[in-house]
Amino acid sequence: MTGRSHYIPNTDDDRAAMLKAIGVSDLDELFADIPDEYRNPKLEIPSPLSELELRREMGEMAGENHHLGRYISFLGAGAYNHFSPSVVRALISRGEFLTAYTPYQPEASQGTLQATYDFQTMVCNLLGMEVADAGMYDGASALAEAALMSCRVTGRGRVAVLDSTSPTYREVISTYVGAQGIQIDVLDPSQVLNESARPEGNRRDGLPEDTACLIAQYPNFLGYIEDMAALEREAHAKGVLFVVSADPFAMGMLKPPGEYGADIVTGEGQALGLPVSFGGPYVGLFSSKMEYLRQMPGRIAGETNDSQGRTGYVLTLSTREQHIRRERATSNICTNQALMSLAATIYMAALGRHGLRHVAELCYHKAHYAASAISHLPGYSLHDSGEFFQEFTVRCPRPASEINAGLLEAGIIGGLDVGDIVENGMLLCVTEVNTRGDIDRLVEALAGLT
Amino acid sequence: MSALPSFDRRTLMERSTPGRIGSNLPDLDVPAQLLPGDHLLRDDLPLPELSEPELVRYFTNLSRLNYSIDTNFYPLGSCTMKYNPKLNEEIAFMPGFAASHPRQTDGQAQGSLQLMYMLQGYLAEITGMKGTSLAPLAGAQGELCGMLMIREYHKQRGDDKRTVVAIPDSAHGTNPASAAMAGFEVVSVASSDKGNMDMDRMAELASDRLAGVMITQPNTLGLFNNDIVGLCDMVHRAGGLVYGDGANMNALLGRAKLGHMGFDVVHLNLHKTFSTPHGGGGPGSGPVCVSDTLLPYLPSPIVVKNTENGGEVYSLESPPDSIGRVGGFHGNFGVLVRAYTYIRSLGASGLEQISGDAVINANYLLEALRDTYHLPYDRRCMHEVILSSKDQRAKGVKGLDIAKRLLDYGFHSPTMYFPLIVEEALMIEPTEAESKETLDAFIDVMKAIDREVAEDPELVTGAPHTTPVTRLDEAKAARHPNLRG
Repeated sequence: MTGRSHYIPNTDDDRAAMLKAIGVSDLDELFADIPDEYRNPKLEIPSPLSELELRREMGEMAGENHHLGRYISFLGAGAYNHFSPSVVRALISRGEFLTAYTPYQPEASQGTLQATYDFQTMVCNLLGMEVADAGMYDGASALAEAALMSCRVTGRGRVAVLDSTSPTYREVISTYVGAQGIQIDVLDPSQVLNESARPEGNRRDGLPEDTACLIAQYPNFLGYIEDMAALEREAHAKGVLFVVSADPFAMGMLKPPGEYGADIVTGEGQALGLPVSFGGPYVGLFSSKMEYLRQMPGRIAGETNDSQGRTGYVLTLSTREQHIRRERATSNICTNQALMSLAATIYMAALGRHGLRHVAELCYHKAHYAASAISHLPGYSLHDSGEFFQEFTVRCPRPASEINAGLLEAGIIGGLDVGDIVENGMLLCVTEVNTRGDIDRLVEALAGLT
Repeated sequence: MSALPSFDRRTLMERSTPGRIGSNLPDLDVPAQLLPGDHLLRDDLPLPELSEPELVRYFTNLSRLNYSIDTNFYPLGSCTMKYNPKLNEEIAFMPGFAASHPRQTDGQAQGSLQLMYMLQGYLAEITGMKGTSLAPLAGAQGELCGMLMIREYHKQRGDDKRTVVAIPDSAHGTNPASAAMAGFEVVSVASSDKGNMDMDRMAELASDRLAGVMITQPNTLGLFNNDIVGLCDMVHRAGGLVYGDGANMNALLGRAKLGHMGFDVVHLNLHKTFSTPHGGGGPGSGPVCVSDTLLPYLPSPIVVKNTENGGEVYSLESPPDSIGRVGGFHGNFGVLVRAYTYIRSLGASGLEQISGDAVINANYLLEALRDTYHLPYDRRCMHEVILSSKDQRAKGVKGLDIAKRLLDYGFHSPTMYFPLIVEEALMIEPTEAESKETLDAFIDVMKAIDREVAEDPELVTGAPHTTPVTRLDEAKAARHPNLRG
């Protein structure tokens, strides 16, 4: 296909009229500031395609993927295959939400702003926190920003991260804090726990001096629930902020981090109605105790009133942000993944008070049903006897990659190979989308792969 | 847009009625398992209770309170509010893409990886660079990655004195914020009366302490810095590197490649130049394209192509001296799908048509409005025109008032008070996606507002009058934060 783009209204007649009005005879004159030798370089991009051709080509490319619509999947590890009601996609697809910009003109953006306020309300309620921002890039970067914020709040220069936290999250923290000379200590939970209870002189390393925060994931990367109350005690005993990266979906039933006294709670919001979409776009949740509000990164919506006294919403406390404070801002972030925040808002509202609890319990029961069955298979055992939510780690008789190859032949995408953490380990995730039949098929297939 | 007086503004929590449900869920189909102890469980979950029809009406009515590209001309400078093709949405939601899990093996995700590999190549070609990482999740994160790469480059060379980054005073606030996050000391450089970066000041800064410079090209004044080749050369001779903020790439598609002029790293905003929807403030995507110098440092992961058994196989890899990961997975993939689809729809000829029409449209506005509003830099502009309403200010009407008055006429406001160096700045970016009729209507309105300033200034200072709310008390919002229901 050649010729004009249907995304551009100007005709040749329009262009001629406008160039005449501008007072130039040729379009190239408008680009005269570009030095001649650099102007109009050859651009090697394939020829245009019509919508019909393009849809066909993209369909073929998408068809190259083994996706979760075609396979039973037990993959989780930071991206979760939950059911999303039709209202979520239908409503976020409305052009008035989809094609609006950041609500810098609040009078023309009340829809986005009120939905953002609803989002902040529900994130606070879900995580048990006092204040939430309008959203961050994703769960990993939100946690990295929490580490930086902890250093600002405490004036300290080290961050402690439990080794049970997602390895990719730890990498992102490292990227973010490294350039500012902040040191990261990766600690085994047992190095931290009960430290203050040990007799003087017999203390283990524990939390180093100058530690700004203790970072835990809840549930942790391998699916298990840390002793949150004990971690909080150890952190606060040393004036260290307790920072938690929580799975918001698990908070449908588990006690939220705020009730454990967490100071900053972040999370990956993808599970709240967003497709896995090969890793993004997602939304990072970011919440805090009120006393640290002015050190928070990101946009925040607030309620106010208009000149006639009617309730309305605006972006507020922007003196923290880059467009006002430039190099002294709390962060360079300039987005709040608004459309993804909106999707999560609609999802939380659709599931509601009882629905989110119910679906979280579905995941819990199904995962425990699966774990119990797998643990009875010869050659398979659970890595940990601790409490878990919807993910758990299994020791397989052979490397998980080999087991997964066998599962794929049976139409099943198995769990994540975590052989670098647990010998022959596989991290499995069971959600409400997995039927009993799916789970029984998994167990049967695993039984044949010893 | 008319006000919607019948839509009450109660929040979701205020609309909750005990007993209502907004979704139905399957029953448990496995034997119930033992729940964990009560000490691990929450007591209550304070989320709203609404039925599905209530939810749909609530959010649909909320959406109608917004201005958007689909409903309004949105000439927001440096934001490139162009049309967002509907096809791109459909493609991004194809199950092969949307239901593809980021933890699947590379072998199971060849379609996604091929798309990413091709897009890396297209973006490198468009910018004249050697390699691309699609990992950055937004423009500002792309900036951070660029600055971290520059930092790593100097560090690997043992050149640890380079702590200074020079940034023009016209730069977007994310530039200094990103440089600071990467651990640099920011030095702001004034703009010359032509709007270019002050070369004499740059010559002073070009020392063994200079890590690099961050330049937006064309800059936020809508001007192409025609000293650019000499500037890049000066920075390179001093041992520094040149960062390009690609926010304004819509002006340059097919017209110039920054890599040819000496840039070492450029980030692109796929949500601006490449038509992916802004979504009311995200998601964005901020790929970074680099010269040979910075290839080893690209953020992780990148997609590489290998040949195995005569076939092409794509895989995710981390470059040898990568600055590391900046997000949980591989970038905002759904945004990448939209941008890829857009580029394939347009081809080289369409991309050139975009920059051509974006620049024609902006200059058409410049020419039509230059006698009504002050033109602080009397040059041909690129894709956006910066006007100043200082003459109107002298009559007691601020740029903010004019911006608000535009809302009454159904146009979104331009970017205001930015760049900071222009008094009463109105930064207008029409994009290629607007028709001449729309531009003419906008011109008429801008002139009408100027007449109102002279004849009935209260009409303008009291604006907006027709929006769902009138002017909001932002000071109160900040003084008494009410941030949740």
